[in-house]
Amino acid sequence: MAEIAAVIRAEGLLKDYVLGSETVHALRGVDLVVDRNEYVAIMGPSGSGKSTFMNLIGCLDTPTGGEYWLNGQPVSVLDDDDLARIRNREIGFVFQTFNLLPRATALHNVELPLIYGGVGSKERRERAAVMLERVGLGDRMDHRPSELSGGQRQRVAIARALINRPALLLADEPTGNLDSQTSHEIMDLFDRLHDDDGQTIVVVTHEHDIAERADRTVTLRDGVIAADVHRDQTAMV
Amino acid sequence: MGIGEAVRLALAQIRTQKLKSFFSVVGVIIGVMFLITVVSVVEGMNRYVEEDFANAVFGINTLTVSRTPEINMTGDPDVWREYRRRPRLRFDDADAIRSSVRVPAIVGVTSGSSGNLVSSSGVEIENVRLVAASSELFRIRNYDVVKGRAFTAPEDRLGVAVIVLGWEAADKLFGTLDPVGRTVKARGLPFRVIGVLEKQGSLLGMSLDNYAIAPAHSAMSRIVNPHNVVDNILVRVDDERDMDRAGLDIEATMRVRHRLRPTQANDFAIDTAEESLSFWTRIRRILLVAFPGLVAIALVVGGIVIMNIMLVSVTERTREIGIRKAIGARRHDIHAQVLIESATLSGLGAAIGIGIGVGLAQIVRAVSPLPTAIAPVWMITSVLLGVGVGVLAGIYPAARAARLDPVVALRAE
Repeated sequence: MAEIAAVIRAEGLLKDYVLGSETVHALRGVDLVVDRNEYVAIMGPSGSGKSTFMNLIGCLDTPTGGEYWLNGQPVSVLDDDDLARIRNREIGFVFQTFNLLPRATALHNVELPLIYGGVGSKERRERAAVMLERVGLGDRMDHRPSELSGGQRQRVAIARALINRPALLLADEPTGNLDSQTSHEIMDLFDRLHDDDGQTIVVVTHEHDIAERADRTVTLRDGVIAADVHRDQTAMV
Repeated sequence: MGIGEAVRLALAQIRTQKLKSFFSVVGVIIGVMFLITVVSVVEGMNRYVEEDFANAVFGINTLTVSRTPEINMTGDPDVWREYRRRPRLRFDDADAIRSSVRVPAIVGVTSGSSGNLVSSSGVEIENVRLVAASSELFRIRNYDVVKGRAFTAPEDRLGVAVIVLGWEAADKLFGTLDPVGRTVKARGLPFRVIGVLEKQGSLLGMSLDNYAIAPAHSAMSRIVNPHNVVDNILVRVDDERDMDRAGLDIEATMRVRHRLRPTQANDFAIDTAEESLSFWTRIRRILLVAFPGLVAIALVVGGIVIMNIMLVSVTERTREIGIRKAIGARRHDIHAQVLIESATLSGLGAAIGIGIGVGLAQIVRAVSPLPTAIAPVWMITSVLLGVGVGVLAGIYPAARAARLDPVVALRAE
């Protein structure tokens, strides 16, 4: 039952890239367990393997070796379509560059995961509207991304990430393209999602003040975990 | 994602790039446009030929004996030389046929040429079809006399100088006056008008009412032909099923009269409406086989253009595809989206092509005597062709899009 409780369970994850005649070992055996309701920051310098790790736990990519369970499901053995289904149901992505569809309205962007989840159009619209209200964009539903500020765009992305009630909210440098004021607002929203709704959150970042909001900071270096610090432990040190 | 959703998405995509979308389907538009136009004209001609033309020229259940075939497509000069050597038909050929045909039938003769008619008040009209015919012509051709009467067999035998005018000839010569009882002159020879035919309309732009029919043995005969010579012998059988037997009887009679040996070919022609249709059917078959070939070329070119546009479009939207995949689109979803977009684009092109084609067909009908008829089945065929071209053109771009790695696609600019 412990496995079910863990949203992320990675054992000896390996990822190699072949670049011409050279093989790059991006991940050299990563073990990590993230329990439900945890708020984890993943840090590390560029080239540490944190993007690769994020792609693996986000089911965008498959590991070269090792095992990975997401919400109790063994992911390493799944094919493309099963991975797509997992991404649709279990994971909500928030990207540095927002990654909204530029020609679609905020409402349609938020609806999108429901379309691929096979939800009917009426229910889709209702749920997307509710979700936009929750991130404070109830009055911006028919705006296109180009008509929204950076912070508003990221809110739309967060609404899209949460629409299917995913087991994991996975954010990759969510404030990387935002000014500090807006960054704070977005991170406050993350805090609320974690504290009020018990949302499991993994944030990949290189900014310490962002990482400090998390309960736990995992630091990657050269493809392995160099440090795994819980906040209460930090307090104890 | 359902098909309706994908079509809506495709339409939205097409709307954002109207001009590019239009140019990418120009090939399909042109192909379908020509298909619809030509098919409309051919089908219109077909309906016309089957319903009106054949019967107007040859009549119902009628065998027409002539020196040469009425409709001849050959350009071979040897054939034409042979035609010119053939003997002319004569009145006594008609008499022989009348006595030899063993099925119930009416036999008549008719000859014609163009000439002028002058009314008693001095109005002259040109290029009237002057006909010298036996009295049976009216029954063979189902001519209705609306004013006055037709001439009778005794009047024909005696060569009485009476004449029945076509509706247009009567109108031009006499206007509102009653032509019956008045006199018209052809080549200076007077004929008394005894009747006017019912209005027949026109055939491929030629009026069927610009006629003047006088008895075969009247002076008209000398105007249109040398002495004793007739152009056509008409045999109308009472029962359609007797057509073949009548034809054999006529053939046998004429071969004997022309002293043909068994090895010699006929030196006369027997035409029926059905045969003229077989000639038309041949033309139509050629048109309907050759033309879709040309259309197919246009559609293949159109398909290649669409494929290239879709490839560009997929490349331009790599990131979008990455986003869709990241939030749960399966390969199949992306594949279907691109295919449906391609098919929708091409199908719209086909619809535009149909619109223009129908318009062109209407113009053809308005400015030319060619009748046109648009068969709905060809419209459906065109749309299916368009959609089919789109699906085929979309296969490769769709496969490329579906294969994209989400990690790579998300990194694309």
